[in-house]
Amino acid sequence: MSALYGVMAELADEKALLAAAREARDAGWSGVEAYSPFPVEGLAETLAPRASRLPFFVLLFGIFGGAAGYFLQWYTAVISYPINVGGRPLHSWPEFIPVTFETTVLFAALAAVIGMIAGNGLPRLRHPLFDAPHFDLATRNRFFLCLRGDAPRFDEERARGFLESLRPIRVIEVAA
Amino acid sequence: MSSEVLRGRWGYASVTDKIADLVLRRRTHWLWALGFGIAGTLTLVFLGGIVWLFAVGVGIWGVNIPVAWGFAIVNFVWWIGIGHAGTFISAFLLLLRQKWRNSINRFAEAMTLFAAGIAGMWPILHLGRPWFFYWLVPYPDVMNVWPQWRSPLVWDFFAISTYLTVSLLFWYVGLIPDLATLRDRAHGVWRRMIYGFLALGWRGEARHWARFETAYLLLAGLAAPLVISVHSIVSLDFAIGNTPGYHSTIFPPYFVAGALFCGFAMVLVIAIPMRRFLRLEDFITIRHLDNAAKILLATGLLVAYGYGMEVFTAFYSGDEYEIAIALDRMKGFYAPVYWTLICLNVVVPQILWWRRARRSVATLFAVGILVNIGMWLERFMIVESSLAHDFLPSAWRPFIPTGWDWAMLAGSVGLFALFFLAFVRLLPALSIFEMRELVEEEKEGEVA
Repeated sequence: MSALYGVMAELADEKALLAAAREARDAGWSGVEAYSPFPVEGLAETLAPRASRLPFFVLLFGIFGGAAGYFLQWYTAVISYPINVGGRPLHSWPEFIPVTFETTVLFAALAAVIGMIAGNGLPRLRHPLFDAPHFDLATRNRFFLCLRGDAPRFDEERARGFLESLRPIRVIEVAA
Repeated sequence: MSSEVLRGRWGYASVTDKIADLVLRRRTHWLWALGFGIAGTLTLVFLGGIVWLFAVGVGIWGVNIPVAWGFAIVNFVWWIGIGHAGTFISAFLLLLRQKWRNSINRFAEAMTLFAAGIAGMWPILHLGRPWFFYWLVPYPDVMNVWPQWRSPLVWDFFAISTYLTVSLLFWYVGLIPDLATLRDRAHGVWRRMIYGFLALGWRGEARHWARFETAYLLLAGLAAPLVISVHSIVSLDFAIGNTPGYHSTIFPPYFVAGALFCGFAMVLVIAIPMRRFLRLEDFITIRHLDNAAKILLATGLLVAYGYGMEVFTAFYSGDEYEIAIALDRMKGFYAPVYWTLICLNVVVPQILWWRRARRSVATLFAVGILVNIGMWLERFMIVESSLAHDFLPSAWRPFIPTGWDWAMLAGSVGLFALFFLAFVRLLPALSIFEMRELVEEEKEGEVA
């Protein structure tokens, strides 16, 4: 294990970053990370071709929320606390729809946000990258391509050489 | 050739610095301090009113039998309507890929959140015993009583609390990358810590962005039908009842159109002074105001159709009580209110057919204010006139507001302004990362 988080190239725009990510993929690098101040189209697909499971997770929670909301109303109105209103049916389903809709949306929305945050490994207030010089510009106008030090077959000299070949603004060493 | 959505030559760095520095570097302007002082004073009036209300009871308002729904319900419906435009802009316009949305979504969402929060307070204040409001929550209590699920008031509780939660989530998720920008650009230790804490350690990695965009799009897809559901359910509070003038199937779409109408008017009322004081004319251009005005005109026509159909349905039904209330609105005690609202909501917006009016900042600001007043009067009209004039002539009695009614309405406007003024000082008023995307798109356009 090296005491290195990785080696990182600082690039000037999104086209350079996308091209760099493609080159890294084609050269067979693993543990490639790309940082940008806004979502760059095609970048995530280049680095991680697998589709996100988030939509499925959201669907699941939406269905659960709707079922739970409906069950709550059915159980309370029919089993636990039945009130006879002029002989009308206790299980008056059309009037249970508004609340069912709301709980569906509520659970799905919470799942989308919590799933996104947890899936991204956040909150993570301390990270080696935050100590790297110039990385504060990743939320402004600079784009970074990082080769992770813990990737199999990582070699610092080769990584450095590859990043230099991208003609970056500079190459930064990120301590672990 | 760049479009009119972004003026001038802006790059990633300059656009970031411009918006972030409004929060981080800009000194407090005396006008801001003055506004904050006035809004704070009004907020104190509001708080004073609430304290007096809790101490004495709803008798401080003009409510009585038959009109037990006073200003509290009018203000609730009005504020929740204002709280519709933000999510409409963020959700529908995102799904429709309208790029002009990028520069106005953030503050419109903030507006939505504050307006919906204030709206949510009114039904609680309206309760005779507000300390029992939690009885709306379904929980296994010792009385073995559950909420009545067939009541629209319970639906309302679910709709408003879901809407508030989802609007807050939507707003916060959009803020995360911008909070990270503020963290990275702030100088003071405290600021870095607070913004850093709120940014959750956002780094902008490509896979994170992908997941972020998926979540954002899903939230938009969920929020879009939610917006429609909220005011529909609010309208059912009325339409489910058999009171003449309430009992109408046109209410849900009519209320939703009214909400968007009023909400876009409020967007104009906020955007016009904001772009001027914060020097955001390059980002919130005449094109944005023009588009908002077109939506205002379209929703205004829908509202006008609603007014027309209300009267038509009353006569077409042949129901004497419906006919009586329709005529009473035009000729009775509240006739001045009726004709004023027709003038403000139907006649005034017609000026927006003219391109020159849509591109005149002063005209749009005036139309925005007038439509907001008109929509408040419409809510007043619907709530009060029907209750004051129901089936039995012996029960008729008009509602006349008291000083406390007016003071608390003004106070709630003050609270809204207070929240908004605090927002523009503490958080980026425009979405920085989406402005960078806009810069990128404009750049692509130039090359092509």
